[in-house]
Amino acid sequence: MSATGTPASPPSSLPRVLQGLEDSHGPMDLAGHELLHGPLPEVQPERLIDMVERSGLRGRGGADFPTAIKLRAVASRRRMSCVVVNGSETEPASLKDHLLLARLPHLVLDGALLAAKAVGAGEVIVKLDQNAVEAAEGLQQAINQRDSLEMPISLGIGPDGYVTGEESAVIQFLNGRPAKPRFVPPRPFERGYRNRPTLVQNPETLAQIALVARHGAEWYRELGTAADPGSVLVTISGAVAYPGVYEMAFGTPMTDLIRAAGGETEPLQALLVGGYFGTWMPGAPAMDLRLARQELATLGCSLGAGVIIALGESACGLHESARIVDYLAGQSSGQCGPCVHGLAAIAGTFGALADGVAHGREYERLLRWCTEVRGRGACHHPNGVIRFVESALHVFHLDLQTHGAGPCPGRPAGLPLGPQVGWRSM
Amino acid sequence: MKTKTAHLRVNPIMCEGHGLCAELLPELIRLDDWGYPIIDTAEVPPELLGLARRAADACPTLALLLDED
Repeated sequence: MSATGTPASPPSSLPRVLQGLEDSHGPMDLAGHELLHGPLPEVQPERLIDMVERSGLRGRGGADFPTAIKLRAVASRRRMSCVVVNGSETEPASLKDHLLLARLPHLVLDGALLAAKAVGAGEVIVKLDQNAVEAAEGLQQAINQRDSLEMPISLGIGPDGYVTGEESAVIQFLNGRPAKPRFVPPRPFERGYRNRPTLVQNPETLAQIALVARHGAEWYRELGTAADPGSVLVTISGAVAYPGVYEMAFGTPMTDLIRAAGGETEPLQALLVGGYFGTWMPGAPAMDLRLARQELATLGCSLGAGVIIALGESACGLHESARIVDYLAGQSSGQCGPCVHGLAAIAGTFGALADGVAHGREYERLLRWCTEVRGRGACHHPNGVIRFVESALHVFHLDLQTHGAGPCPGRPAGLPLGPQVGWRSM
Repeated sequence: MKTKTAHLRVNPIMCEGHGLCAELLPELIRLDDWGYPIIDTAEVPPELLGLARRAADACPTLALLLDED
């Protein structure tokens, strides 16, 4: 690698996005970033979108939407657009976005600037939640190191809360309203920030764009599989020796991920795949999983925003799930009757089932509520909660029976609820 | 001849659970345990189109939406 501005050679394997993380303890500065990755390349808008399309990159915020389609949707609008970096990482067990923004902000900003040029945007806004103190500091330093005449970049810091990171809630907040989801259509790509077409993108997605722009679509596809190309940041926590953020190639076996995280600290009874809007998988089949979208989908699973929680056999899956359902029900934005009332009722009955004090009829009623409440909120919050509830009832069904008979020997696993301050870095 | 289709949907943020829609159009709309509408079939059969329009007009918060193509 040369300091004179010639392009750096592409990383031949992992890490890609997390390259250079181990060498820095604070945010990587612009000089270090350009030494590592080379300068920000000049790429014509249509060429960038084409490269992203050929790479097969999909969004890393949880929805897994093809990034090129999103870019084209905003680029095709006639009005001047805007790029929002959605750094509101509200999933308690996810750390990757805060890590990127705090320690490797220039890679994310590169991606934002490239995307802004590709969609004809006039400005970039980075949205954070107020507990993301290190991310805010890292970003502000990075913004100060850049030439602001090139493209204005500003920070918007909003309230904490599970649903505040939802795309329309982010836009509502930036438009000066409470950070609550709105009923769509119109979606942000049509009318978003100040009624302009707005590209809302996850920080990791933008970091990947910054690398694709430098090294090409073919390079991106050298890792991963044909159906799931590239690498992904996964946050793994729970009963593993070194919980944290790991960059893995798609298609990697789950056992490799667990090994990378130092191995299990006790035999695992289950994995929660996809975070709190995800699904439980029993321990043995979970070990056969791979970080591959289609494969997970056939098993009713999704990686979501790359969150895996390992549940040891000493814990109680029902009680941990009841805590999570309680938390999620309380995180409703309070705008829609079915969500407010339905999730409260579901959480109440789920808790009673976990405590072994519910009647059989209440179980049937809980299943009916899940079927009836799904899809009837303005956003996906009730849907995610219901998916989690149904998978917990399925995977921990034996516990349902034994809890009715006597006390549960499980020990609290301490799964996080609410914003997590600080992390263990790699 | 092209058949016009109409679809019912609820804006769940505007909806306050008054329940007029379920009274006026019980063929298509029922209420959940908390008084909020469930639309089991979104597509409105032609013979119910008039009633569907009345139900959408009657909603006190204009939360019931009838999309006519």
